[in-house]
Amino acid sequence: MKGREAVFANIKKSLRVSGEDRARREAIAARLERHPRGVVPARGQKADRERLELFRQMVEVAKASIAVLDNKEEVPAAVAAYLRSKNLPQSIRHGDDERLALIPWAKERTLEVTKGASDGAQLASVSYSFGAVAESGTLVMVSGADNPTTLNFLPDHHLVVVDEKDIAGDYETVWDKIRECYGAKGMPRVVNWITGPSRSGDIEQTHLLGAHGPRSLHVLVVRST
Amino acid sequence: MSQAVNSPHFNANARKALDDAFLQKALARSEKGFIERRKAAVEKLPEYDAIRDSARDLKDHILAHLDLYLEAYEKNVIAAGGHVHWAADAEEANEIIHGICKRLDAKTVAKGKSMISEETGLNAYLEERGIRPIETDLGEYIIQLRGETPSHLIAPALHVTKEQIEADFRRAHTDLPPERNLDEPTSLLAEARAMLREKFLAADVGITGANFLIAETGSSVIVTNEGNGDLTQTLAKAHIVISSIEKVVPTREDAATFLRLLARTASGLDLSVYTTFSTGARREGDPDGPLEYHVVLLDNGRSNMLGGKFQEMLRCIRCGACMNHCPVFHAVGGHAYGWVYPGPMGAVLTPSLVGVEKGGQLPNASTFCGRCEEVCPVRIPLPKLMRNWREREFERHLQPAAARYGLDFWAAFAKRPALYRAATSVAMKVLRLIGGKGRIRSLPLASGWTKHRDFPAPQGETFQALWKKRRVAR
Amino acid sequence: MPDQVPAVATKPLRVGLFATCLVDLMRPRVGFAAAKLLEDVGCVVEVPAQTCCGQPAFNSGDRSTARELAMQAIKAFEPYDYVVMPSGSCAGQVIVHYPELFEGDAAWLPRARALAAKTFELTVFLSDVLKAAPRARFEGSITYHDSCSGLRELGIKAQPRKLLAGVEGLSVVEMKDPDVCCGFGGTFCVKYPDVSNKIVGKKTGNIAASGASTLLAGDLGCLMNMAGKLSREGKEIRVRHIAEVLAGMGDEPAIGEPER
Repeated sequence: MKGREAVFANIKKSLRVSGEDRARREAIAARLERHPRGVVPARGQKADRERLELFRQMVEVAKASIAVLDNKEEVPAAVAAYLRSKNLPQSIRHGDDERLALIPWAKERTLEVTKGASDGAQLASVSYSFGAVAESGTLVMVSGADNPTTLNFLPDHHLVVVDEKDIAGDYETVWDKIRECYGAKGMPRVVNWITGPSRSGDIEQTHLLGAHGPRSLHVLVVRST
Repeated sequence: MSQAVNSPHFNANARKALDDAFLQKALARSEKGFIERRKAAVEKLPEYDAIRDSARDLKDHILAHLDLYLEAYEKNVIAAGGHVHWAADAEEANEIIHGICKRLDAKTVAKGKSMISEETGLNAYLEERGIRPIETDLGEYIIQLRGETPSHLIAPALHVTKEQIEADFRRAHTDLPPERNLDEPTSLLAEARAMLREKFLAADVGITGANFLIAETGSSVIVTNEGNGDLTQTLAKAHIVISSIEKVVPTREDAATFLRLLARTASGLDLSVYTTFSTGARREGDPDGPLEYHVVLLDNGRSNMLGGKFQEMLRCIRCGACMNHCPVFHAVGGHAYGWVYPGPMGAVLTPSLVGVEKGGQLPNASTFCGRCEEVCPVRIPLPKLMRNWREREFERHLQPAAARYGLDFWAAFAKRPALYRAATSVAMKVLRLIGGKGRIRSLPLASGWTKHRDFPAPQGETFQALWKKRRVAR
Repeated sequence: MPDQVPAVATKPLRVGLFATCLVDLMRPRVGFAAAKLLEDVGCVVEVPAQTCCGQPAFNSGDRSTARELAMQAIKAFEPYDYVVMPSGSCAGQVIVHYPELFEGDAAWLPRARALAAKTFELTVFLSDVLKAAPRARFEGSITYHDSCSGLRELGIKAQPRKLLAGVEGLSVVEMKDPDVCCGFGGTFCVKYPDVSNKIVGKKTGNIAASGASTLLAGDLGCLMNMAGKLSREGKEIRVRHIAEVLAGMGDEPAIGEPER
């Protein structure tokens, strides 16, 4: 016996089960159906403004930077200011997300905006996050033409716009939102939880930023009115 | 083919490690950081122990229903357009992966970190067949250049100093100008980033491991801090996940439970920088992502561990905390353990996967100090499992004769209190005579002790003899 | 010298002293110190015929010898109100592992559990059960090593320090990593002498760096290991079992010193 047949036969033999036992099948079907939450830390369970404050703190703990903006109109200036502060050309790339299309980029006359995935040639990208988690300062990104995954990893600088209303206290809340958008068992091709910029500790356990992914991560939270 | 087993030579490997000045320097440097970072992260999460308990119970539930969760996982991978391949052993896994690479006419393969591929010896297998695997995790890349294996689960190049890395880069990166300064870790990192960026873009196939597999959705999960796993799987034509079967978890919520433990315990971060959930290949309208998505599920002896004395070992989530807190690992590093998995978890898992005949040294090389169990995020009773191996060896007469006879000799007296009192009473008087000055510098039959330490001489008479005298005197 | 009112009430407690083989063979004064500490608070101490708790066999995988020795110890110590052991690792064997050894054994499991329930490591018994505060004098600074089994199987950490705080003239200076293994590990130290040496060398470095003139711990195996290494390294630090200091016997020859 090889492959699948061998693996399953041996598992069942060791567990002394037939695989047809109804009680066992029901136990797993129930868990998959109900997806109960585990122990969710109290840390993230906060009211709106405190949750934003926790998110801001945790983003900084994760060595990313963050700015909180009053509305979408402020995004272009904030992006331009960030690029200047890093001595970068006024150029960004982003995907087809409607929310990004609605940002008045033209307000920054010198800002060059291109659209599409990254081929590695771009220094800065802008993405719109699907959600965020205050508990750990994590951004939740989903793949697709709206926010191509390559924009999360190839440019040196990744800028991410987050709507304040999308900041959840915990991961579980974001999973429920994924279920709402993609169906009960559905998932986007890729979900990226991003917590800070890329880093490595592989050289003498010294923690250095900018390993393979972005050297810096800048979060722009747009307040909900 | 799978990685060769050098575990029977633990003692010789350990002596070599103790004499290796580079290694000792590297070990001394890393010890404190791991311990302090974990402690700080755990202290900031009041629910940490409650999460550990639920993670332990959850793993036990998964293992008891492993066949069914794997079936559900397989069904959902296929539903999402992915392919599932089953491998009973290392050879089968390598064949499957080679088959996919060959069909895609792959010349180079980018690899994210995978201990399972170390277990199967995948790199050597592909190289022998003309396909070049390139490790992309910085630590793995360094040791690949050095022709070594990882010496730690999450810090594969723990044993290498930055001077050694500089020398390796200068040797391997032939277009590197000699005047380029590589004194600092930052400049070494910049060099590796530039070099590997080209490899990512050129690779035909990307192979990653999996930290978890989610049955509910058919997703595979990897965590990295570098982002190398994401570049590996996003840029290539095909993404192949190689994983062992016990990595499956029921739901996304359950993955969250384990993720809250993994990075904290491993590296002291609340979460790794990149936690990536992958479900199937590029979809309609996707501007990027792999065109094919394959999962190779390896058993390689794990199904034998179910339902038996070593099942608890299958709870392991590969955080490395046990070795980070192990005095023996701190002394000798990972390579001394002689196979893929070092430290306390390796001492239990290695004999399970390669057989106690080859791996039996490892569970003996422990002081049973218990620190590994104390820090294990899924509460694996590692000392107990190591003791189970010692019992297995004892039953099968696999222990060295000297140890066995020494113990039998002791037991023969210990089982007979009267004989014990008579014999020990004489023996201690003799030892007292030898050790008149209070310490004995060399003792026949106890050279293991006196090679490095003096043997404190006994008082002379035994406690039981003296106690009897006291009672009589009263 | 302690002459306090017994902490225990009217009927004196009968305590079986399980000295452990290392104390029996190597250092009887630890047994006498333990007996004195118990008698000072009004316990009646008895020393039934005893050998080994079976831990070396248990940890070497010889379960049947371990069970046999456990049965022998259960029989010997069953008659007492309490069983006290001047060793965290041997007490751990009785308290944690005896019940494991008889899992599924209807005849012996209850007896193993009963013995486990009334067995205590010495400092735990003095501090937590009797709430005793032995009075003694000891001039000098000590550093305390937390032996692994006592620490992790029985949670012994505060008790010895609390008892030492009551010793007149004594000051405690903590070494770096007092809770890290000394490399003894029973048969480990002779099976893997070089690895053990590396571990104990780190430990003696930390002991010396603490500046204390005396090292104390609650397990004779660890103490002999550290004493032997300190002696080989020529470090002039005295090594004693905590019971000796608590019992006011801190001026007798230390471990590895000639008898007078």
